[in-house]
Amino acid sequence: MKMITAIIQPHRLEEVKKALYDADVNLITVSEVLGHGRQKGVDEYYRGSKESGNLLRKIRLDIAVNENFVEPTIKAIIKGAKTGKIGDGKIFVVDLPQVIRIRTEERGEKAIG
Amino acid sequence: MDMINSGDTAWVLVSSALVLLMTPGLAFFYGGMVRRKNVLSILMQCFIAICVLSLQWVLFGYSLAFGPGNPFIGGLGWLGLNGVGLEPNPDYAATIPHQAFMIFQGMFAIITPALIIGAFAERMKFAAYLLFIVLWATLVYDPICHMVWAVGGWVRGMGALDFAGGTVVHINAGIAALVAALVIGKRYGYDNKPTPLHNLPFTVLGAALLWFGWFGFNAGSALGAGALATNAFVTTNTAAAAAGLSWAIIEWLKSGKPTMFGVATGVVAGLVAVTPAAGFVTAMGALVIGLTVSIVCFFAVSFLKPKLGYDDSLDAFGVHGIGGIWGALMTGVFATTTVNSAGANGLIYGNPALVFIQLKAVAITVVYSAVMTFIILKVIDMIVGVRAGYEDEMMGLDLADHHERAYTILE
Repeated sequence: MKMITAIIQPHRLEEVKKALYDADVNLITVSEVLGHGRQKGVDEYYRGSKESGNLLRKIRLDIAVNENFVEPTIKAIIKGAKTGKIGDGKIFVVDLPQVIRIRTEERGEKAIG
Repeated sequence: MDMINSGDTAWVLVSSALVLLMTPGLAFFYGGMVRRKNVLSILMQCFIAICVLSLQWVLFGYSLAFGPGNPFIGGLGWLGLNGVGLEPNPDYAATIPHQAFMIFQGMFAIITPALIIGAFAERMKFAAYLLFIVLWATLVYDPICHMVWAVGGWVRGMGALDFAGGTVVHINAGIAALVAALVIGKRYGYDNKPTPLHNLPFTVLGAALLWFGWFGFNAGSALGAGALATNAFVTTNTAAAAAGLSWAIIEWLKSGKPTMFGVATGVVAGLVAVTPAAGFVTAMGALVIGLTVSIVCFFAVSFLKPKLGYDDSLDAFGVHGIGGIWGALMTGVFATTTVNSAGANGLIYGNPALVFIQLKAVAITVVYSAVMTFIILKVIDMIVGVRAGYEDEMMGLDLADHHERAYTILE
């Protein structure tokens, strides 16, 4: 099992969700986060004083999948989020030792889907 | 010499302040509807319209709109308020200072271009917007205002009734909105369904401020504190209430639940529709106008817009254009001289001809506004480009055009 975490542009969320549903990946957690990579954020001005390097709004997706869904999930996120410009985001894939569904107390691969 | 009446003057000055408040009201009405990355751009567009158009009006706008000229546009005789003094001008209002009439009309000149914002929200470049409101106020609003309201105006001479600006303000802005939506194109990713409202309570607050301010707009248009103002006040409130309720009922029947957004939209549609009628119809006439306008506007925003595929983002055309046309035609049906001897009888009082006169005034406004708005936007597009860049639109106009944002996530 793997935990796939993706940081994407907020305006690509709808596209990414659509691509994930098309790939039969239906269980996702979405949160709003702040950050910046190479973009360094955007300058803001309040009553004349500059605040540089402010953080940009991003969307974070957390998706737990079984091994056979890892590549389809990655491909779907790329399909939805890629514009080719700086700021498209990143995908992190990490091993996931255990998953438990609270309602049934099922564990492991059964509990993911 | 004409005497200044203190009651009339007080009412018109208060009404001017009420109408001014409608533009910030509109800012919140529209601001709540956009995505949160664009809310400041909407508030900014409304506020800067007050700043820019207040100056345009006293410098030359008032002269072009109401100054002596030809049937189509006023002359430059009243440039910089030259000759527009504190004595009454009996051509327009015999009992209040000329400048009171001028500043009351100025508030209409401010809100009309601001209404169009709803059509191109979230994607117009700020510099282009500034050029647009100045050119549109000067080349579209001022001439239409002159034709319909000024002494010797072309449309006024036809006998068309427009009490408080159904044609001049709402149809004019509504048609310009449709043209603007078509010229500037859809927002990226627009899929013929509304983008999520970022703050519905703002929209409701805005609708409430509009409702409040509209008493100045309509009852103030009596230009005096008396019977006619009272009639306009009562018809305005009745139509707004009827339209808000009927929108809720339509939603209840169509989609199962009445919505807050629907009632707020219905109220504004009712206010738009009663605007030309307020001083010519009875409260019962206004009630029917209010009940029916929601049906027409609901159809426009939920069937016509997705069907035709234009992105009138906040329904400036669907509510102000369609509601304004409905109101102008219904004025031709329900107007009665028992309310206002300076008006005319409409269809149900035995004068079907008034409907055709109203239709003619609507058609003139539609054609003039559409053609001129198209030309103005094309010219601006050649000079500075009308549309914000793709990345600016994605990031949001608040950060892209103004370097500030409305909400923080972290402290």
